[in-house]
Amino acid sequence: MRLPPLIRFMPLLILCSFGVFMPEAMANELTGYVAIEGRLFFDDSLHTGQREQQSSIIAKPEYFHEWKESILTVAPFFRLDSADSKRSHVDIREFFVLWYPEAFELGIGIRKVFWGVTESQHLVDIINQTDLVELPDGEEKLGQPMVNLSLLRDWGTLDLYLLPYFRERTFPSLKGRLRSSLVVETDRTRYESGAKQHHLDVAARYSQTFGDWDVGLSYFQGTGREPTLIPGADASGNPVLIPFYEQIGQTGLELQWVVEEWLWKLEMIHRVGQGDSFEAWTGGFEYTFTALFGSKMDLGVIGEWLHDTRGEAAPTPFEEDIMVGFRLGVNDMASTELLFGVIQDLERSDRILSLEASRRITDHWKIEIEAFIFARQSPNELLFSQRDDDFLQASLFYHF
Amino acid sequence: MKRFILFWVVLLLLPVASFSETPEEKGLAIAMEADLRDNGFGDFTSQLKMVLRNRQGESSTRVIRNQTLEVEGDGDKSLIIFDNPRDVKGTAFLSFTHKVKNDDQWLFLPALKRVKRISSSNKSGSFMGSEFAYEDITSQEVEKYTYRWLRDEAYEGQSTFVIERDPVDPKSGYTRQVVWIDQAEYRPLKIEYYDRKNDRLKTLIYHGYQQYLGKFWRADRMEMVNHQTGKGTVLNWKDYKFKTGLTDRNFNKNSLKRVR
Repeated sequence: MRLPPLIRFMPLLILCSFGVFMPEAMANELTGYVAIEGRLFFDDSLHTGQREQQSSIIAKPEYFHEWKESILTVAPFFRLDSADSKRSHVDIREFFVLWYPEAFELGIGIRKVFWGVTESQHLVDIINQTDLVELPDGEEKLGQPMVNLSLLRDWGTLDLYLLPYFRERTFPSLKGRLRSSLVVETDRTRYESGAKQHHLDVAARYSQTFGDWDVGLSYFQGTGREPTLIPGADASGNPVLIPFYEQIGQTGLELQWVVEEWLWKLEMIHRVGQGDSFEAWTGGFEYTFTALFGSKMDLGVIGEWLHDTRGEAAPTPFEEDIMVGFRLGVNDMASTELLFGVIQDLERSDRILSLEASRRITDHWKIEIEAFIFARQSPNELLFSQRDDDFLQASLFYHF
Repeated sequence: MKRFILFWVVLLLLPVASFSETPEEKGLAIAMEADLRDNGFGDFTSQLKMVLRNRQGESSTRVIRNQTLEVEGDGDKSLIIFDNPRDVKGTAFLSFTHKVKNDDQWLFLPALKRVKRISSSNKSGSFMGSEFAYEDITSQEVEKYTYRWLRDEAYEGQSTFVIERDPVDPKSGYTRQVVWIDQAEYRPLKIEYYDRKNDRLKTLIYHGYQQYLGKFWRADRMEMVNHQTGKGTVLNWKDYKFKTGLTDRNFNKNSLKRVR
């Protein structure tokens, strides 16, 4: 039985059809992980109400089914946290159908999209909202409802996006660590657009590889993902910060050039609608030493310069900073990996150190260590309120 | 196309040169004949179980799927999808090999949904922690080496050509390789790899050749031993399927993101 494509996209029908209606079924697969995570903070908490200990249980199952020229992916995410009620959360990371006949791809549902080339921060990457309660580096993202048409041509790939629903950034609760001194009150969130979360955002991106060059050019028009935090009061009159989401337009450029062991990278954005228009960029390199000292180890050295033309007024700690990083791949049976990075403010003392390490124990078990140190934060720097939140986190994953 | 022209030129010269054929010419002719016999496979898919062993006898297994597309006049395109260990499930590696210039390579990281370009100088690096370097498993184009015929020799009951091939690229991890090629079907049976100090580093032995579509030979098992560390890697291949209808569309950054 072959259904017309449009009907096939309706999730309900597809849910009913798990292996029953589709004789062409090629895969019916459940994968994912469950994990436990413990955090150790080096200093006592700074703000009233914060807990000293934090541990979590995490699960991310992933269901996947494939037909001829189409794929269904369902990936919910669950976290139960001992300290922070806002960090305990459920999200649909992915729930979409992708139809891919020859010349285009059409994806409908909740998806995650990544744009960008640099390592220290991801300026151009704007489609998905940051799930900030997960990790302070902002690498974790919330699922974004969308319709995405991807046109694959000889001259490149053109992606068009309709984003009908806005996801708010997550922030720690009063009891959580890694927060501003005033709690961000997400019950009072305000929007520039009267349509609030239902404003229809649009985006487009052109990407192509020209030999040793990878190029991406993008435009986004809609609700900004990065809120302006405005001092206000909560329902009982306590001082809080209230997120305000402006309507913005953002143009993004990604460039990457491969020359032997070097990867040269540049990301630039120009944003209008959030205060005065501004530009920001991240540029740098990644150099890889292969087979270090005759061993199987690989060492990557990363250097990046981070700049924001708003300077001190920028709602980011990276207005004029450099990042130096090292990525070590041991290439042993346990696939041991280490990533160490330092981001140093060039105008002040502020320094952020981060460490990520992982090692496989068996085919299914894996251990990961992450550490963040907010060093020498100056009083008017954004992360000053997190100066005593240095932590070490260990996670044990079971992948199935 | 260049490959063909070169082949015909050599072929035309053969009657004239046959009496005075140098070891270099003979080595190249053998390599070109081996390459010619594997020409025209179009595309194939296969499954690979890779078993890594250390000196203590501990082992670790990786399961991957491979899709390869033959490209007329250039190196092959290939897509490698990881199934096991489970934490790397969904990770995929796309490479466009080239005859002369560096290969183009991308890695898809499913947790971040990120396609990351890999610098092209990793050829001497270990493939997934195994004793195989990237340059050992990517498409073996004739142009990547210079050749010299050493001798004819019986190996495991078969008549073989023993040739030396020296990598053209100075970034290769090897000074030279010695290859045993059977005279009946022009298949590699054994390769010895010599490191940059010209010490014997590794030996690869091919087992269980099977013929597909009445033409193309593929080994069921490839065993690599590192003589300097005592470690070894065995590649077990299965489910070879040729001419499955793969096209360029299956080998781009979009297909990399959706393969499972």
